[in-house]
Amino acid sequence: MFDHELILRVLGLTVVGAPAALFGVLGLSSLRGKPLNERAIVTCVQSAIFAGLLASIAILAMMLSLGTRHVPIPLGHWVSIPHYHFVFKFEFDRLSVPFVILTFLLCGTIGAFCNRYMHRERGFNRFFVFYSLFVLGMIVTSLAGTIETLFTGWELVGLSSALLVAFYHERRSPVQNGLRVWSVYRLSDAALLLASIVLHHLTGEGDFDKLVSVGTWPEGAALLTESQCLLVGLLLLLAAMGKSAMVPFSGWLPRAMEGPTPSSAVFYGALSVHLGAFLLLRVSPILDASPVLCVAIVVLGLVTAAFATMAGRVQTDIKGVLSFASLTQVAIITAEIGCGLRYLALIHILGHACLRTLQFLRAPSLLRDYHMLENAIGDRLPDLKTPFDRRSPARWGDWLYRLSLERGYFDSLLSDFVVRPFVALFEWCDGIERRWTELVAGGSSRPADQTDPSQTPLEDLQ
Amino acid sequence: MTDLHFPWLEISILIPLLGAVVVGRRRDPLQARQWSVLISGLALIGTLGTWSDFGLLHAREADDAWHLLSSLSGREVLVIDQLSAPLLPLTALLYFLTNLTTLRTKIRRFSFSWTLFSEAITLATLSCKEPWLVIALLSLGTIPPFFELRSRGKSTRVFSLHMGLFIGLMVLGWSFVESEGTRTHSLLAIVPLLAAVCLRSGMFPAHIWMTDLFENATFGTALLFTVPIAGAYAAIRLVLPIAPDGVLRWIGVISLLTAVYTSGMALIQKEARRFFCFLFLSHSALVLAGLELVTPISLTGALCVWLSVGLSLGGFGLTLRALEARRGRLGLMEFQGLYDHTPTLAVCFVLTGLASVGFPGTVGFVGTELLVDGAVEQSPTFGFAVVLAAALNSIAIVQAYFRLFTGRVHTSSVDLGILPRERFAVFTLAALVLLGGFYPSFGVVSRHHAAEDLLEHRQVSDEKPDHDSNSGEPGGVSPRTEQPTNQPTNPEESWG
Repeated sequence: MFDHELILRVLGLTVVGAPAALFGVLGLSSLRGKPLNERAIVTCVQSAIFAGLLASIAILAMMLSLGTRHVPIPLGHWVSIPHYHFVFKFEFDRLSVPFVILTFLLCGTIGAFCNRYMHRERGFNRFFVFYSLFVLGMIVTSLAGTIETLFTGWELVGLSSALLVAFYHERRSPVQNGLRVWSVYRLSDAALLLASIVLHHLTGEGDFDKLVSVGTWPEGAALLTESQCLLVGLLLLLAAMGKSAMVPFSGWLPRAMEGPTPSSAVFYGALSVHLGAFLLLRVSPILDASPVLCVAIVVLGLVTAAFATMAGRVQTDIKGVLSFASLTQVAIITAEIGCGLRYLALIHILGHACLRTLQFLRAPSLLRDYHMLENAIGDRLPDLKTPFDRRSPARWGDWLYRLSLERGYFDSLLSDFVVRPFVALFEWCDGIERRWTELVAGGSSRPADQTDPSQTPLEDLQ
Repeated sequence: MTDLHFPWLEISILIPLLGAVVVGRRRDPLQARQWSVLISGLALIGTLGTWSDFGLLHAREADDAWHLLSSLSGREVLVIDQLSAPLLPLTALLYFLTNLTTLRTKIRRFSFSWTLFSEAITLATLSCKEPWLVIALLSLGTIPPFFELRSRGKSTRVFSLHMGLFIGLMVLGWSFVESEGTRTHSLLAIVPLLAAVCLRSGMFPAHIWMTDLFENATFGTALLFTVPIAGAYAAIRLVLPIAPDGVLRWIGVISLLTAVYTSGMALIQKEARRFFCFLFLSHSALVLAGLELVTPISLTGALCVWLSVGLSLGGFGLTLRALEARRGRLGLMEFQGLYDHTPTLAVCFVLTGLASVGFPGTVGFVGTELLVDGAVEQSPTFGFAVVLAAALNSIAIVQAYFRLFTGRVHTSSVDLGILPRERFAVFTLAALVLLGGFYPSFGVVSRHHAAEDLLEHRQVSDEKPDHDSNSGEPGGVSPRTEQPTNQPTNPEESWG
């Protein structure tokens, strides 16, 4: 009577199409120079999120009733030439459906919260353009059935993250931090792109289905050899490390708190920060095929968790504390994935994301909450110390305190050993070029450097 | 050879050529701009006609209808093929948008007549396959920037030295090629041609003429002289058919080094024009690298990136030029905070900039993927270099965006808002960038056909009868005779 496949396809396209349409409407109106008013923006956001959420719940219901565990929605070959295929494909399975529903739920909550939080803010429209880009990126990443699709969503999330960190762009600090986030993202994205290309070469396509022999997530065995799995897996791990702020890329996480609180909540407390873990879950057959890779993931998770819990204890602002608390949990989730506990990791992600969103959204009211608690008990809140705090020797305590306060010196190390030598090298090259040009030209080669644009009337400009 | 239904090519070239004379006689710069917008618009229509007519013919290459020039010269002069078909409207579009968005603050310094002359020469170059004519046209194309530098009282030494060398090396190389007269050519013939291509493309360390040009010429002239990537065209017409794989691969390595080096240089630049110049150099080096790796995938990727770079960096450059018209030379050391005055330009800046580095959903995405794919096929190190250059470029673009549009509140006593014709240009570019991103198949398939034709041309040439008799010459190098190396590699062998 009903064509289930057609219904699933329509619902699937609605899940992806709703945030895409939202971004299209908000983006085009901005590009025209006639952004929508606040009421219209809120209506669009609520409609899109509601439509997407309903469609994804409907898909879940149909999958449960039909006993289907895997609903692929291919969009065909976007490019097909000999020896190269570019396929866009979405997949609804036990991993993607919970993640999509979580995304819509949390983004819907944040959207409703921002309706008041950002009211009459100058960048109200801009915020929601980035927000819609983020929602689209998250949905595309969650549902990706091929590594190219995943890369697309991954990049959209990265761009919207960086731009939202720099949301208050009249000040320098958010902008500089936004650039820092973007730089780390881009370098880790490079690893994902390389992984995508390598996967293409190994399997002929970037389809996740082609990675496994039989079964749907989380079952199935990788069709690649152990060494191939290790190569692809390490590249993917590098991408996940950058996206989830794991050691040694943790420095950008507290910097990202410069953005508006709602975006911090949904990005670094709930969704974006879990994308690294999601990626590892998605390619779990590869992890199963390489014990070395699994050990590396567990070690990385434990080291990051230890670092993040220490750094979180000495933070002096609540968003910093929450961001490191979030990182601690993400690192533990990563270790769980390395241990092969797929469902536990998925449930951990879902629970942690909801809790952290709530905490971030309550963060601006923290002092009020403290006062309420103190008034209720009629005394100051007790200074709770963990057994670890009580047993650690004082000399170690000072050292650990300093290490934590400086966030493991990761930022300083990256600045001193990567950024500064890089800049120094290229500035030296620039100097050489300048002298060489002046030698050939027989005079000054960069007159523009001596011009002060702010002092020059427009008619004299070149 | 198949004929077009109308002499589109000749008309498209003749319109700006005659227009240059007409505009040159106008004393009023405002009138000159109006005329040049009209003329370059007509040339754009002509090239679009060429492209669509060629598409309808389903031919590999086609000659103009009525054979006007051919009957005069006695041979096929203007030819359109898979390679040049989309390059012609792209180039015409860039010229049209540059003329259209030239503001009052610039019109006294920007020569519209030389620009139209330059457009005619560039279109003629892209419609020409005859080696000597390509050399002549490429040489002729260097004249407008030279005269502009001279009229502005700037030193022409760097430019004329490099361009003189470029012309000399092309003439020398092709003279040797003709004197050898066989399909096997000595390094004596190939190396000068390769050096000429490297010079014109600004490969390290021969790129200083380009930074000098951006520094001293008007932004529009520098943009139009570089963005069509004439060096890559010279490589395809003069070098690719005759050079052996080994030599080409070395040039590919130099191109990749240039791509990484210039992307690093783009990151530390303190002035917007030089930043743009290095950004462009990095991209043109990637195009050249893809061409020189000589596999169908890398060639397809390079040709796709060529188109996407022309569109995206052309738009990016025009955005910078529009900002310059408002603020003067743009420093990148200080935050400018222009977002609130020109949000549309800010969006265009990010969109075109990210399109150039292959951001998903934009015109450069699939091309960059193909380029990386082709590079990885040759060597994982090559692939890493392409990815690294793209990553550094994208960081440089966002850094420049933040420096120009954010960081403080800029107060201005005059309105810096975008004009309607600039908005039209922004919309056109944004639409093309996004359309190419959402519907990549059309562009990629046509570039793949062009790549196949180029490779076939190499193979057909190799199979000429006199090939074997000369392949053993001492000091001679033999072009490739094997099949293109695009066969799917055995994963076990490659990565296992």
